[in-house]
Amino acid sequence: MHRIPALRVTGYMGRAYARTWRASIMTTFINPVLYLLAMGVGLGSFINKSAGHAAIGHQTYLHFVAPALAATAAATTAASESMFPIMGAIKWQKTYYAMLATPLRVGDVLAGHLAWIGVRIATSVASYLIVMAAFGTILSFQAVAILPVGILTGAAFATPLAAFAATQDTDSGFSLVFRLGVVPLFLFSGVFFPLKQLPVGLQVVAWITPLWNGVALCRPLAAGTVTATGLVGHLAYLIAVSVAGVVVARSTFRRRLLV
Amino acid sequence: MGDNSVDEDPPGSDALVAARNLVKEFGSFRAVDSVGFEVRRGEAFGFLGPNGAGKSSTMRMVAGVSPRTSGDLTILGLDPDRDGPRIRARLGVVPQEDNLDPELTVRENLYVYGRYFDIPRRELRGRIEELLHFAQLTERGNDKVDPLSGGMKRRLTIARSLVNEPDLLLLDEPTTGLDPQARHILWDRLYRLKARGVTLVLTTHYMDEAEQLCDRLVVMDNGRIVAEGSPRSLIARYSTREVVELRFAPGDTERMADKVADLGERIEVLPDRLLLYTSDGDAAVDAVTGRGLEPLSVLARRSTLEDVFLNLTGRHLID
Repeated sequence: MHRIPALRVTGYMGRAYARTWRASIMTTFINPVLYLLAMGVGLGSFINKSAGHAAIGHQTYLHFVAPALAATAAATTAASESMFPIMGAIKWQKTYYAMLATPLRVGDVLAGHLAWIGVRIATSVASYLIVMAAFGTILSFQAVAILPVGILTGAAFATPLAAFAATQDTDSGFSLVFRLGVVPLFLFSGVFFPLKQLPVGLQVVAWITPLWNGVALCRPLAAGTVTATGLVGHLAYLIAVSVAGVVVARSTFRRRLLV
Repeated sequence: MGDNSVDEDPPGSDALVAARNLVKEFGSFRAVDSVGFEVRRGEAFGFLGPNGAGKSSTMRMVAGVSPRTSGDLTILGLDPDRDGPRIRARLGVVPQEDNLDPELTVRENLYVYGRYFDIPRRELRGRIEELLHFAQLTERGNDKVDPLSGGMKRRLTIARSLVNEPDLLLLDEPTTGLDPQARHILWDRLYRLKARGVTLVLTTHYMDEAEQLCDRLVVMDNGRIVAEGSPRSLIARYSTREVVELRFAPGDTERMADKVADLGERIEVLPDRLLLYTSDGDAAVDAVTGRGLEPLSVLARRSTLEDVFLNLTGRHLID
């Protein structure tokens, strides 16, 4: 299967990850449990008895928040996997340069690393799905599609951020991305409350964020109420952002690595 | 080695690397300024020069990882712009800075790198044991790379560069930063490779390294090639057979220079000593004492590449 050169890069990433997988796999399972307990069950016990219950369509808050959190996990995993590790491979451990001294090309290195980020996103979405099932928040077989949709949501974060990471000389920009990008998206993309609660201006901003589009896909998938027309727009948007990210990343990677 | 006639060899078809008018620019800075050279099969070819001379930039172009700005460059008969992956499949590269994976073991580093070349797993495992033996790292095979000494990491990097059994091995300052023992072990390994017929291309700013390892070398300065030949022919052309170093009391140096200048073919006045370039060092020393001069210290030595190098590239400090 390693006839595809990029997969040799992915294979290396997997091997390097295998050294620390224990600690990391724990957090990918513990985080969903903690979030679903605190938000879904804890905060939900208030909301389910209040006026908010109607605003989220008379479902329990746990059912409302769980699929959105799965999309969020995809986004945050994508963000952390596509910034520091890429800069590290360029500046700190210089693993990219070791790869590029072999028959591998810049495109192979980028594709192989993105594929690995995809694996990491898939793992965190899959563990969310398992935990969601344990909490009884999966009401339909459609929920299986949360996995590919989650990967796509993550890709819409990973590819532009990988493009950005390859232009950076220090990691200070990355914490800025988290503070001014990932955290506000996490809070205001309709994960914890319906977007309708926001002022109209902010709603428009939310529509163009990949996380809201991912949330808007995952929620009906978990409930089994998804419709084709509901899917198309969000999917097209996420695919467009991901593809644009790859195109830009190809160019920033080449500019950085082929000097 | 060390035959003058080697310089006059016509460019043969045996050239593994051929460069003509090769230029590399970074923005408006011209790092490599129209250089030409050939590397022939089986030889050890060196780029000697101060920091910033353009050695590493040239090396990166030869390694097929840095596109040239202009000029002709053929590596293993192929154009790196078009056939980069095919060329790199047959090259071994030892970069200036180690880029081993510190989290993986010695063996894993070799394995992962071998897989980048798509070497079949079974074959790779056999090769790794041979390479560990060659690099004297067999006992450390299952240790992580991080705690290894600088010399061991370099040997591992060299072992790694051999995993694809390259036709051409490129080494960018292979012994910089190593202690003398580690350097000698490394040189010994490189000799063995040479004896096996591996073609070596290396950059260095160590004169002793260039003299020890290179059959032929070019001296680079400010992006240009300023001299080319075997170490011995370069010494013959740009220096004298011997050099006498005379140290006088501080303040006396300039005055003494006038008194001994005629004893050598050339004299160089340094802040702390005089260098007298001559074909016969002992005779020059006798002549100095014969004139009743009493230097604080006298050293008559063979001329080295260092003399050539300093003569060609000057004594200005390069930061």
